Amino acid sequence: MAVTRHSDAVAPVRSSGPLATWFSRHVSTAGGSLGRLIRQPFASLMIVLVIAVTLAIPAALNLVVKNAQAVSSGWDNALDFSIYLKRDITESEAEGLARLIGQRADVAYVQLITATDALEEFKRQSGFGDALDQLSDNPLPHTLVVRPSPANTSQSMILLQEELANLPESDLVQVDTEWVQRFHAILDIVRRAIVIGATLLGLAIIVIIGNTIRLDIQNRREEIEVTKLIGASNAFVRRPFLWSGFWYGLLGGALALGLVQYGLFLLKDPAARLAGLYQSGVSVLAQSLEESLAILGVGVLLGLVGSWFAAARHMRRIEPR
Amino acid sequence: MMIQLEDCTKRFPGGQEALSGLTLNVDKGEMLFITGHSGAGKSTLLKLIALIERPTSGQVIVDGQNTRRVKRRKIPAYRRQIGMVFQDHKLLYDRPVADNVALPLVIAGVGRREAARRVRAALDQVGLLHKEKRNPETLSAGEQQRVGIARAIVTRPKLLIADEPTGNLDPDLSLEVMRIFRRFNEVGVTLLIASHDISLIDRLGCPRIELDAGKLVEHVDEEDPLWP
Repeated sequence: MAVTRHSDAVAPVRSSGPLATWFSRHVSTAGGSLGRLIRQPFASLMIVLVIAVTLAIPAALNLVVKNAQAVSSGWDNALDFSIYLKRDITESEAEGLARLIGQRADVAYVQLITATDALEEFKRQSGFGDALDQLSDNPLPHTLVVRPSPANTSQSMILLQEELANLPESDLVQVDTEWVQRFHAILDIVRRAIVIGATLLGLAIIVIIGNTIRLDIQNRREEIEVTKLIGASNAFVRRPFLWSGFWYGLLGGALALGLVQYGLFLLKDPAARLAGLYQSGVSVLAQSLEESLAILGVGVLLGLVGSWFAAARHMRRIEPR
Repeated sequence: MMIQLEDCTKRFPGGQEALSGLTLNVDKGEMLFITGHSGAGKSTLLKLIALIERPTSGQVIVDGQNTRRVKRRKIPAYRRQIGMVFQDHKLLYDRPVADNVALPLVIAGVGRREAARRVRAALDQVGLLHKEKRNPETLSAGEQQRVGIARAIVTRPKLLIADEPTGNLDPDLSLEVMRIFRRFNEVGVTLLIASHDISLIDRLGCPRIELDAGKLVEHVDEEDPLWP
């Protein structure tokens, strides 16, 4: 229940309960403010559109990052690493080592890629088949692809890597997923940049709404003067302007939501095609209900803050003379 | 005592004195006119009572409240106790007559049904009930002034102040407005009316004071009205 303070609402005339009065007063003021917006459809639409675009940009970027994260988290689980064995290790030695490592509790699975297999695959994939045939000797080592058990923490993972790297047979341990971590670090930076950008855009919205409300106050100066003259408090004359700010913010937020949804709709087919190419089940993540509500909430909040600033600044100056 | 002014002086930043050392008492239930040519301090006197201005020195006590002690934040609540009528009506032309009259009730937070009832009663008292849905712009000057009066009395204030309420009206309409004021006075409302229309005031037979250069120069007590 909202606690309201209207110390100067004590009047010689009073009939219905204070809460019911407060409520119905707000309902009628809200309706009046909305009516005013609708009576100037073009001007209102322009402001709502500006707010919507300003809100939609960070929301859309956030969605992009979210999707990138979702896609890359699929790779995140692939924490496989490769142990390149020393050249002088024979295939049977390698097989034995693979079995040995495979028995460890912190290893889920080990796959041996023999030097011959590796060369075959390289021939097939690189297109250098004929050139490689000229080699008298296979330059590739045997490789063990180790998949750690999912129970590993990042510390035990490092420990496992170190232990395997210290094996006398191993030449080099290469973590295949380092680039995933780099990618995540980049996403982190992008996300932070979005937060900064969104903050600046939020300030812009406050200024836009504040300026709109300021003009509105100037246009209705006479009305404000008259209402103050017959006993209206600052809170009373401020109220319709706060509601205007509320409506601008809410409508802007709703339109921003629409823009983002439309953008998702446009991206749906190309994304599905891309997912098809990668044979992955990844589909474009839509906004969650919380995120949608957050856009509306932020719109409303910025609208209220902007109009409150304008009203507080300009209302005080308008006094009957 | 409804209004007590004690040695009130109002000096404006330019240095000119609108009121100088004015002392005045208005009894409850009185209907007092303030006369004097423009610049004599009539409007300033009313503004001190409405707390649009504060005296440079002296005291203004309205219905037992010393206006000096009314804080800025409390001015709206203070003003709501007083009905005010203006020469230029100060109506809002973006809404119908009924909404104009209802405005003080909306500000005071009176419920919708009760407000509608009072608005109709107030409009009935000024004879404009049949025009409640009209825009004030479409009304004559006299009718607009009566809407202004209905708005001033809709909260049933004990005190009504009017600044040149008949300034823009021809004699017949002026007389009609004064009759309306007279009827309120008869039910106990204290009225303080600034006007330079001395012949009209004489016809009413109400007491009047005359101001000149911010000083009280004449106090004429109630006489037998020339106009019944």
